[in-house]
Amino acid sequence: MRYLPLTDADRRDMLGVIGVKSVDELFRDVPLSARLGAKVAGLPDHLGELEVERAFQAYAAKNVSPSVAPFFIGAGAYRHHVPATVDYMIQRGEFLTSYTPYQPEITQGTLQYLFEFQTQVTLLTGMEVANASMYDGSTGTSEAVLMANRVTRRSKALLSGGLHPQYRRIIETTGHWQGFKAVSGKPDADGLEDLIAAVDKETSCVVVQNPSFFGHVRDFGKLAEACHAAGALLIVVVTEVVSLGLLKPPGEMGADIVVCEGQSIGNGLGFGGPYVGLFATKEKYMRQMPGRLVGETVDADGKRGFVLTLSTREQHIRREKATSNICTNAGLCALAFTVHLTLLGEAGFRRLSELNHGKASQLADKVAALPGVKLLNEGFFNEFTVSLPKAAAPVVEALAAKRILGGVPVSRLLPGDKSVENLLLLAATETATDGGMDALVAGLKEML
Amino acid sequence: MDRSQGRTGGIASGASTEAPTFTGNRALQIEEPLIFEMGQPGRTGVDLPEAPKVKDRLNGLRRAGEIGLPGLSEPQVVQHYTRLSQKNYAIDMGVYPLGSCTMKHNPRINEKVARLAGIGDLHPLQPQSTVQGALELIDRLAHWLKTLTGMPAVAMSPAAGAHGEMCGMMAIAAALEAKGERAQRKTVLAPESAHGTNPATAAALGFTVKPIPANEKGRVDLAALKAALGPDVAAIMLTNPNTCGLFESEIVEISKAVHDAGAYFYCDGANFNAIVGKVRPGDLGVDCMHINLHKTFSTPHGGGGPGAGPVVLSAALAPYAPYPWIVKDGETWRVAEDGAAVDGTPLGRLKAFHGQMGMFTRALAYIMSHGADGLKQVAEDAVLSANYVMAALKDTMTPAFDGPCMHEALFDDSFLKDTGVSTLDFAKAMIDEGYHPMTMYFPLVVHGAMLIEPTESQAKEDLDQFIAALKSLAARAKSGTAVEAFKAAPLYSPRRRLDETLAARKPVLRWRPSNNFKEAAE
Amino acid sequence: MADVKYTEEHEWISIEGDVGTIGISAYAQEQLGDVVFVDVPQAGRKVAKGESVAVVESVKAASDIYAPASGEVVEANAALADTPGEVNTDPTGKGWFFKMKLADKSELDGLMDQAAYEAFVKGLG
Repeated sequence: MRYLPLTDADRRDMLGVIGVKSVDELFRDVPLSARLGAKVAGLPDHLGELEVERAFQAYAAKNVSPSVAPFFIGAGAYRHHVPATVDYMIQRGEFLTSYTPYQPEITQGTLQYLFEFQTQVTLLTGMEVANASMYDGSTGTSEAVLMANRVTRRSKALLSGGLHPQYRRIIETTGHWQGFKAVSGKPDADGLEDLIAAVDKETSCVVVQNPSFFGHVRDFGKLAEACHAAGALLIVVVTEVVSLGLLKPPGEMGADIVVCEGQSIGNGLGFGGPYVGLFATKEKYMRQMPGRLVGETVDADGKRGFVLTLSTREQHIRREKATSNICTNAGLCALAFTVHLTLLGEAGFRRLSELNHGKASQLADKVAALPGVKLLNEGFFNEFTVSLPKAAAPVVEALAAKRILGGVPVSRLLPGDKSVENLLLLAATETATDGGMDALVAGLKEML
Repeated sequence: MDRSQGRTGGIASGASTEAPTFTGNRALQIEEPLIFEMGQPGRTGVDLPEAPKVKDRLNGLRRAGEIGLPGLSEPQVVQHYTRLSQKNYAIDMGVYPLGSCTMKHNPRINEKVARLAGIGDLHPLQPQSTVQGALELIDRLAHWLKTLTGMPAVAMSPAAGAHGEMCGMMAIAAALEAKGERAQRKTVLAPESAHGTNPATAAALGFTVKPIPANEKGRVDLAALKAALGPDVAAIMLTNPNTCGLFESEIVEISKAVHDAGAYFYCDGANFNAIVGKVRPGDLGVDCMHINLHKTFSTPHGGGGPGAGPVVLSAALAPYAPYPWIVKDGETWRVAEDGAAVDGTPLGRLKAFHGQMGMFTRALAYIMSHGADGLKQVAEDAVLSANYVMAALKDTMTPAFDGPCMHEALFDDSFLKDTGVSTLDFAKAMIDEGYHPMTMYFPLVVHGAMLIEPTESQAKEDLDQFIAALKSLAARAKSGTAVEAFKAAPLYSPRRRLDETLAARKPVLRWRPSNNFKEAAE
Repeated sequence: MADVKYTEEHEWISIEGDVGTIGISAYAQEQLGDVVFVDVPQAGRKVAKGESVAVVESVKAASDIYAPASGEVVEANAALADTPGEVNTDPTGKGWFFKMKLADKSELDGLMDQAAYEAFVKGLG
């Protein structure tokens, strides 16, 4: 077995030092009734590397790779080009095979990049402090609501109808089992929802998304004022972080907590995970934040160094009084984010953002020109919603049969809601080509 | 480039006396500024085409002003992060005996297959007809996890161990709710030695955590447990093998008593590596157990994540598993998402999309590489190595409990009594010997705990050198002549002991353009 | 001269009229190590005897501070936000946490005086 260094001779020697005759003697505390005499039944034996690789190639061959098909899917995960440097860097063993940096003397590499990551997150979101990452945007949003409940000592969250439906479901699930109320707005396909009147003295937070699930771009400054007047917090969710290169940041709108899905920078689509959650807030709420924080300090020689700090908020010290039960986060995905954003820099990030907006704008014009198709967005970034003259799901399936990955039917995420049956979400990033767009438009034309 | 930025601090006693170099570098250890101190306008690490000229459709919300991101070229970025990487210890470098973390070898074939076109680049919301192989792959891993644990169901979506705990405890709450007992059963029992996530999870769900004591053998005191069980108890949360590295020998009696009292048995599967392929938790009466794919099944720890924490469920809890899961209709794979007509009453949803697919791929590659025969050998070698370390050190250090351990060996600090050297000092001295320290001060039930988990991945020669190094350190500590040296350790690492008090009193959590760190450090 | 009493949780309360000032003992700060943050209650908060009203944090530990009696918080030591180290250097002076108006002074009857507390600490070894 290639991964196991011990030889039979080693094992005999080691058993001798321990003073037992067989390894099974070491398992003597296991009740007899639960000891398996042999290996677990019904499972195959070990395979060589070549066989393993072939098995996975066979799985891959049964899928349609976005790299060989015109691709316009978004809805919370976006296809972007990731420079080769990023993937090389995160595969360096010193990063890949290191643990949480509990021993700062020998994990300054991890700690420094997390400090850089935290700083990048504050700059993008326009907030004062950020943590060292959450599992992803969806779980981070649920943690943000819990944090708002702690800060305000209230327990009613208002959820925008523009929030990603799965994010909404996670908050509702958390609310049901952890004991807070989650009030959801109706799906906001036209982007005209007004939540100000719904904010009251029991509201702990309002959760909005920008651009919204349907692609609408809005200013939440007035909503932030209404929240603050009522003693509530405004949580702004961003599922397409590339939009922050072009859009007014949530911090400037008065957001109290900002949660982003950071996948778009540095992390591939990966069929849904692992991704990386960005979590930022105001300095005054710093100690109510969930997750790990890296802070700057000095070592015994007076040299600058970094450590995990304010860990008394966390489960390993506070146990049942912790701000969250989170332990593992998304360290390596945060590294991918940081390396990619560092490669982009100010100029590159802004250009990437412009490129996305431009491609989506071109696609929107082409699709909206089709007979019976209506664009629902005034403003958008790289994703928008169109209303088709017929149900969207079968159209998307028919496009897939032609190997065109033509967006997400809204009904997939809001099943049973007749009002969204004809709605199709389309996204275009820098990876979209003219040929791909033409193929989509031709495909749609044929179908409608 | 200004490399003098950053916090200033007094030179502490025990500062190294070696001659300074002009650059501050020490051969391969290069002092590295932050990217924000390196950037220059006009530099970039990417070349992107110009954006198409289109009418701005941003609804008047165009961002004004600079974001403040530094500009670096590609070679600078490569050098920067390579230099940072060289300040890290890692499994790829040597023995990483961090107890309860299972720092085993991370095979690179797992990385390769996770990146294959058609796996690594799939969108989670592609039409299901275009991802049949991906759904089959998840189901295949689910099959392995269910078979290895002897459990009928598994929830794949939790993102990490603590998230899996939340999922499992929610399933228990859901089962209680279905029976109309949720208001009555508000107590969760957990041993004092439990990992902090256990009480944190239970408390978040509104349960009151009641500690159950251990007996002198480091196991749950069965009589005390039975006394604590009653109509108010929802569940017991128990790690097995436990955090002391011991198998709960009365586990069958424990689960029977718990079930007789109408409560559920949550098993923390953090230590599954000790028994994988040897013992099925389902045979022990477990109702649910999370599996840290980043421990037992070798998905890389990545400096603290990402992880994955699938939860296996008993027949009693299976109906409450959260969305989504994979089903097979005839020859077609399908993912049951929110709103799908299903058997049971799902407790809701815990994560967007379908779980940590990248981790699933790596874990399945690891599992297939080992097979049923290899996984059994993994558990045996992990347990053998831990017992070897304990036996070799039993006269030098002080094992906390008698008898064989499982995959990790627990020592207390009584061998350091009256030496002036603490567990922390001892661990920091290990750094200078080229080792990552063991887990310290956990579990809390043992004074000055040192928890060593060698895993199955180390050759005997490497274990022997590790043992010899610890013997040498223990002898130095006991000699009484090296207290100052221990207090000053480590000397040879990229940084020496860091001032955690300063970091916490005046938190500096981000870089700012001015040199305000100096003010903050005052 | 104010009357100072101690709890078994190592809090002290100094009583002047119907106002008590609360902090932690020298022994307690020693056990905690370097204090890095104190979460003090807001003035105006009504508290019940035994309720958790403040949290004191060191790098490695966090401890709850319980109200030794019922009443209303009248002032918190705002200076601790910038200088939490005063809990270590002057625990019974500048390191005080908060002042409260006592609802019923008889609630303090069971507490220890200086001599009894010193004996109590000695007993802890």
